Amino acid sequence: MDRVRMGIMPSTGIRLDKVTYSVGGRLILQDFDLSLDRGVNRTILGVSGAGKTTILKLILGLIPPNSGSITIDGTEITGLSEARLREVRRPIAVVFQGGALFDSMTVGENVGYRLIEQGTKNPAEIERVVLEKLGFVGLEDAIDLYPAELSGGMKKRVAIARALAADPGYILFDEPTTGLDPIGVYNICELMRRLQQQGKTTLMVTHDLHTAFQVSQRFSFLHEARLVFEGTREELMAAGMEVTREFLSPTPRSLFAYTSPERTTA
Amino acid sequence: MTISTRVQEIFRETGAIAALTLRAITGIFQKPYYQREFVTQLDKIGVGSLFIILLTGLFTGMVMSLQALIQLKPFAATSYVGGMVAMVMVKELGPVLSALMVTGRVGSAITAELGTMVVTEQVDAMRVEGTDIVKRLVVSRLKAILVALPLLAVVTDTVALFGGYLMAAGSGVNLIMYLHSIPQFMALQDMFEGLAKPAFFGVIIAMIGCQVGLSTRGGAEGVGSSAKRAVVLSSVLILVADFFLTKIFIAFR
Ligand SMILES: Nc1ncnc2c1ncn2[C@@H]1O[C@H](COP(=O)(O)OP(=O)(O)O)[C@@H](O)[C@H]1O
Ligand SMILES: [Mg+2]
Repeated sequence: MDRVRMGIMPSTGIRLDKVTYSVGGRLILQDFDLSLDRGVNRTILGVSGAGKTTILKLILGLIPPNSGSITIDGTEITGLSEARLREVRRPIAVVFQGGALFDSMTVGENVGYRLIEQGTKNPAEIERVVLEKLGFVGLEDAIDLYPAELSGGMKKRVAIARALAADPGYILFDEPTTGLDPIGVYNICELMRRLQQQGKTTLMVTHDLHTAFQVSQRFSFLHEARLVFEGTREELMAAGMEVTREFLSPTPRSLFAYTSPERTTA
Repeated sequence: MTISTRVQEIFRETGAIAALTLRAITGIFQKPYYQREFVTQLDKIGVGSLFIILLTGLFTGMVMSLQALIQLKPFAATSYVGGMVAMVMVKELGPVLSALMVTGRVGSAITAELGTMVVTEQVDAMRVEGTDIVKRLVVSRLKAILVALPLLAVVTDTVALFGGYLMAAGSGVNLIMYLHSIPQFMALQDMFEGLAKPAFFGVIIAMIGCQVGLSTRGGAEGVGSSAKRAVVLSSVLILVADFFLTKIFIAFR
């Protein structure tokens, strides 16, 4: 880490700089800045349709931005070929909203997938990792089941196990607790806290404030194509912004009605 | 949608299909081969289509034979019925019918399967996990269809000839006469035409199925409309391509 500060090694972390993205004539992100240092955990809050999933797909290079710069550990990813992107994505894993498990494969094959894709040949080694990761999420018994046989919460846990298979430095979570019952929410939050203790860098996007407070120390709000707040829970409460008040109130009105942010950190 | 944006859309899509086809065909010869995926697809496409292919072949052969017998009887030429059935089946109906059957059964399934994988973010997940999705999802399907469809066409032809004989036998044509007339109507080039056409149709079915599937948007509804679009597009293109392929084969006679 010292060598990083002295500028010998390339900078680490994920950075988005003045990223603009529009689809179907609609501006989703405008001059969007985000910086995620290694070792931190961040949550971006936003209403449904605000563009949270879009942020994650941009970071993963799954969609190209209209303009702006996206770097992963110092490597600019915009304009890279798919083959180069595969290299750059290696330290990143993602837990998609619905889990995105491969239907045609068993739980074990899902979890071991990345190892096989990255060239691990030894079946014993693959099985060891698969059992270890499934053990971490408490689902060793599900190894031979197919995704269709799992509940929503189990799917998300398997997705977490799959994300961990290749020991990623960064893990991105897309609404990891949405649609789960309270026990499912508790399980996922617990897993995310344990990952943070292991030193993983996590970025979660969600509309669920409760989950955000459970697992994160720093929060941002995505509102009208930009981040309109960035800070701790206390700062969030103290800021008293209308946009956050609405989010915090038990019956939030539509955030779309709100127009001018009182404070912008972009 | 205005005409000009529609035309632009068609050009963009044609370009996308052409680009994907190029990548897929070169991908056939490059590692990794994803053998397991290929075998799964071959089983689904080839073995899965066998029953409907047998049925369509049998009935088409019988009806062709009946029609030919009506034409040949006044000339006392019913002994030529085998050759006529063979010529029509091998060069035209075998390739086209098997391709249309496979489009309806397999082309739509490919589109629906890939479309579902897109809208449930499985394709995104595969890309993140380091997979070249063209190689894994597209090339394996293209290879399977390229192997299966010519074989299915041969099965169609064979069953049709058998069905044709059943009808001919009813009109007093014996098996020796029936078989003997076949080489009188057919040359080696016709056999080649009968294999090249289904291979070409296979490329159409696989590439349209994959491209339309992978560009699916908008949930389960999007999957449904993609599947419908793929079937219509493939069917029309198969019939159009059949005309031009026939022209080419005639030119090389
Ligand atoms: N392919 C697309 N075509 C048109 N609109 C899209 C497409 N993908 C996403 N969108 C729109 O972009 C907006 C942001 O989407 P998304 O990032 O998924 O939001 P979130 O994850 O915050 O709910 C949504 O309003 C969605 O309708
Ligand atoms: Mg989303």
